[in-house]
Formats: sequence, structure tokens, C-alpha cells
Amino acid sequence: MAATKAQALVTNLVVMDADPAADAEALERLALWALQRYAPIVAADPPDGLVIDTTGADHLHGGEDLMLSGMVNRFFGSGIEARAAVADTWGAAHAGARFLAHPTLVIAPCAQEDIIQNLPIAALRLDPAIVHGLRVLGFNTIGEVAGVPRAPLALRFGPELGRRLDQALGKTVEPIDPVRTPDLIEVRRSFGEPIAAAETIARYTAKLVLMLCRVLEEKGLGARRVDLLFHRVDNTYQAIRAGTATPVRDAKRLTRLITDRIETIDPGFGIEIMSLTATHAEPLVASQIISSLVDEPDADVSGLIDILGNRIGARRLYRFAPVASDVPERSINRIAPMAPDEGQTWPGHWPRPVRLLVHPEPIETMALLPDHPPVSFTWRGVRRRVRRADGPERVFGEWWKRDAELVAVRDYFQVEDDAGERYWIYRAGDGEHSETGSHQWFLHGIFG
Amino acid sequence: MSRPVDNIVVSALRERIQRLEGTSGRGRQVLPFGVVEIDRRLPGGGLTLGSLHEVAGGGNGAIDGAAAALFSAGIAARSKGKVLWCVTRPDLFAPALAQVGLSPSRVIYVEAGDEKALLACMEEGLRHGGLGAVVGELARLSMTSSRRLQLAAESSGTMGIAIRRWRRQAEASDFGQPTASVTRWRVSVLPSAPLPVPGVGRARWLVELIRCRAGESADFEVEAPDAKGRIALPPELVHGSPEAQARRRSATG
Repeated sequence: MAATKAQALVTNLVVMDADPAADAEALERLALWALQRYAPIVAADPPDGLVIDTTGADHLHGGEDLMLSGMVNRFFGSGIEARAAVADTWGAAHAGARFLAHPTLVIAPCAQEDIIQNLPIAALRLDPAIVHGLRVLGFNTIGEVAGVPRAPLALRFGPELGRRLDQALGKTVEPIDPVRTPDLIEVRRSFGEPIAAAETIARYTAKLVLMLCRVLEEKGLGARRVDLLFHRVDNTYQAIRAGTATPVRDAKRLTRLITDRIETIDPGFGIEIMSLTATHAEPLVASQIISSLVDEPDADVSGLIDILGNRIGARRLYRFAPVASDVPERSINRIAPMAPDEGQTWPGHWPRPVRLLVHPEPIETMALLPDHPPVSFTWRGVRRRVRRADGPERVFGEWWKRDAELVAVRDYFQVEDDAGERYWIYRAGDGEHSETGSHQWFLHGIFG
Repeated sequence: MSRPVDNIVVSALRERIQRLEGTSGRGRQVLPFGVVEIDRRLPGGGLTLGSLHEVAGGGNGAIDGAAAALFSAGIAARSKGKVLWCVTRPDLFAPALAQVGLSPSRVIYVEAGDEKALLACMEEGLRHGGLGAVVGELARLSMTSSRRLQLAAESSGTMGIAIRRWRRQAEASDFGQPTASVTRWRVSVLPSAPLPVPGVGRARWLVELIRCRAGESADFEVEAPDAKGRIALPPELVHGSPEAQARRRSATG
């Protein structure tokens, strides 16, 4: 459609010149951002995509589903509408993201063949001329093209069609050339003879880390994230990524973090080149840590945090910090394990249970309204007689959070049964006014 | 209990055994409960730092592990340094731990996906050596994995506490299986301390020392930890026990 025609159809249409060079540059910047955030092998897939090799990276983001939705949300937050798909091959993920994702899609391992069967040929990353030619011949879907003999098609359209088909179905490998910029600190080592043994890899890893630390020291930086890439002889990549909670330049610690995960590497027929990159580096200056003027500080545990974080995911390591809220489930907040210590704690004059149920469980009670604890209650099919009780501790809703909480009230009681088991139960509502809550009873926690 | 024999041969033998066991320096230090009746039952007069201790709940506590967690928090609160708390089910409520003296800035939680990962995290924490205590909540603890934890604890002198917590009551019989832990405790709830007014008093527990290496088993009735993490004997027991009366008599007479 010509621009003048579009302007005639829509009032106040803003027309801008296409700038492919700037687009490509922005895509490159986006790829760098994804490299620092998600996985060691990332490349721009012009004109409109990013390709990320997420092997071994998804568990750090809570699994493939969560990783994709997190990714899409993050893009949406910065004004980019994105769709994402995960598959065994670049080709299948490319097709899935553009034709099926809504907005995310996870293609199960080895299922790409069934999924992309019914997609149009345009999903195959082919030249538009070839797509048009196939359409003229009566082919509409990938399944139809894959089902006919290759030779006549290759004679007519060249080898490109067969190659793209094989790549999408995983019959030939397709390496992703990872994006790198000059300001990333990278050291590499090529081998005359390919290496494969774990001990050899560990030895050269230690040497590379030493080289990297020397470069980092010259620049006054410390690594927050390092990627070790293995170029295999069959022209594919394997990678190890290690992150740290604070900037690190200690060669021993970095080596330990990386060699911890060597068993995840499949050397295949051998490794030709190893390259180590500090994907994310932060300034690190020397500071005095031991002095006789102050008490000996607690031992530094950041090394342990790094090891555990790389093993099970950094977001599964946390500390709890107090939040000024009377609602029990809102009074705690997860913070990073190495976050600075505020020295605050919860007010300690009300009893709090050791175990807090994520979802308060409804219980059946016999209780006098408005302000008596129950005489007995039934939880999970067991009836318990209340021997002693304390309360109520009244918790008001937080009207600044939600309108519905404007008049909401919870009355908490600590009750003890005949056997001495102590529970934290509450009644939704103040026992007099029905608008303050349903007057149902719930069990919220278990005391020690 | 018999008094230690002042014999050169015996003390030399003891030293040799200690050398053979290989526990050195911090591994031989102990963390006393501060309650004489409990401490004198434990070899060395307290919980040894470089070793693994097991705590389980009795009755319904085998499933919710509430009292066992609070008992362990009290011990961890009195240790020095940060505490690594490994869980698979995140239902621990941090304000309650702060009430027994374990401040939120000291506890680092690890949410492991399964028990295998949890054991690996515990072992890593025990090997590090800079932590005050490593606590893990787990259901299954085999001889092999407990021995790994015990060796890791011995090598660094960090105390390991395994809170045994099962999904079903029937699985709690697993607690009878042997492990390499040095002590094994069971904490069951008792009716709380009576008050002159209506209300719930300080929590009381029946703490059973089921197994103790180089010691004998015993059980104690104690009050739950205070704001510094110290458990105490109920006052009527302190004043009423025959030992206390004998001591008082000897002091006056």
C-alpha cells in the first residue's frame, strides 16, 4: 500500500522512514541485553527476532514456561510486544514464535515435527521467491513439502529448501554464532589437538580464569557473570555460565564455580577453542576488611551463596526482611541473601507461629460471638477441644492496597487443645458486622 | 553418672581415641544448652559443633515439624555466624524464628527442589566453614548421606541439624533407622505452663534424647526457647527436684 493511500484511509497517520540500519543496531543491543540476562549463547535473528540457546539456563529462571512468560512480560514493560517459543531446534522455535505462540509456546522435546507440519511454508525462513514458487506449485504447508521427494524440488529451487527443512526438523545442526562486542572482556585459547577429558578441560579453565582475572584487574573490574564457551570440532557450541552475588576477581573462586559444572558439558568429538567472557562486570576496588579496631566480622559467605545459586538458581536463595504490615502473610519480604543488613526485625510482643500455611484452611467451630475463642474446632477431619486460648488480636485490612479491604477485619486467636498442640486460628470479620467479613473460621498457622 | 576416673592410663587412652576419631580444634568444641540437667547428659557438656544432630517432632509434630523447627532455631540462635536453612516446603514463618533470637539478617534460606538437592546444599554449607549452623528439613536420611553430612561437619567444625519431617504419620517410623548423626532428639508438645489468668502460657515440650554417641538417652520436660534461644526447665521442677534440694541443703549446711 502506498503511503498516500494509507494517509487517506486513516486520519492523523504518522509516517516515518524505515531505517533498517538503526533497527539492526537496536536488535544487536537487545541481543546484548539478553546475553547478560538469560544465557551465554545469544544472537540477533534479523530483521525481527532474537535467538537464545537456553540449554542449561532455564532452571535458573524457574523452568521454560516461567522463563518465557517472564521474558515476554519484561519486553512488554518496555513497550515491545514480543512472542517467544522454545523448541529443540532454531528452525522450529523460529516458526513456533512467529506462527503459533500466543504469546508463549513450549514445544516438547522431539515434538517439533508434529507441531510444524501444519504451518505455512513461510515459517521455514526461506527466500520470498521460493515461498511464492512453492505456492504456485500447490504446496501450502511444511508437511506437504516434507512429504514429497527432495530431488525435483532441489533441482528447481536449489539446496536451500532441503537445508532449511532439515534444520527445522533437527536432522542437521545449526550453530548459533553468539553476539560479542569489543567492550566485553574475553580471553580465548585454541588447541592444536582437540581436547575432551574433564581433567584437561578443568586445567585449561583454570588457566583461562587466571588470564581473565589479570585483564579484570587492569580495568579495576570484578566479574558478576562469566560464560565459558566450548567450540566443538563439529561446529557447535557448549557453554557454562556462572554468576556471583558480588563482583569477584578471585581466580580460585571463579574456577571453582565453573568447574563445578563441567559434567554438564558434552565434548562430542573434541573441543577446539575455549573462550571465557566476563559478560557482566562491575567496578571492584580494594577495601580493608580486617582491622584490630573493630570486632572480627562474621565470615564471608558470598562464595557459598555463589556456589548454591549456580546450582539451584539464585532466586531460590533468599533472606526474609520485615515489612511494616499487620497482615501476617504481608509482613515478610524476600530479599537477596547478600543484601545489606538493615538491622530491623518484627515487633516481638505478639505470638507468631513457626509454620504459616500458605492458604489458610477453613475449620468448623463452635464459638460464642463476638469476641470469644471457639470451644472446639474441626481441622482436617479431627475434632479438637480448646483447653486454653488467647486473643483476639485484631488485624485490619489495608485499605490503601485494595478497596475491598476498607472494612475487612480478622480476629486471631492462639488456641491450645487437650494434647498441648497450639494453633493460630482466625475469624474473618469482627463477629458483629457482616460487612467486615464472612464470619468463617480459618486455621492459619501451627505453633511449636 | 560416675565421676571421670583420674587415671593416667585412661586419659592417655582417651586422647588416643580422640586422635583416631580425627576431630580437631573447633570440631571438639561444644554448644551448651545452659541447662545443667541436659548438659551433663551430653559428652563434653553440650552439643558438639562439628557434627550432625537430628531433631524430629512427636505425634503431629512429625508432619508439621513446628516444635522441632523452633528447638533447632533456638540452638542455631546461640551459635555464632550466619545460618543456612534448607527447606523443600517453604512454610516457615520468619517472625517466629526472630522471637527465639534468630534475627532475620542471620538466616539464609535455600529452597531446594528435592531432597537430593537439599542434601547437596547442606553438605556444601557444612563444608564452607564460615557458617554458624546448617539446618535442613528432610524426610529421608540414609546412612550414606548422613555419614557424608557428618564428615563434612567434622571437616569444618560447623554444626549440622537435620529436622526430620515426613509427609504422612506412617512414614515417621523411618526415624528408627540408624544414621551417622551424633545425637538424635524428639520434641513433642505438652500443655503449656499454667497461668493464674485465662490464656496460653509459655510452651512446654517433652524433649527426648533418643540417641547420643558416647552417652545415654534421657528425656526432659522443658519450656520453649526465650528471646535469646535458651530453653529452661519448668520452675516447679527446678525447685522440686531432689538434686536441687540436695544442693541447697549442702550449701546451707
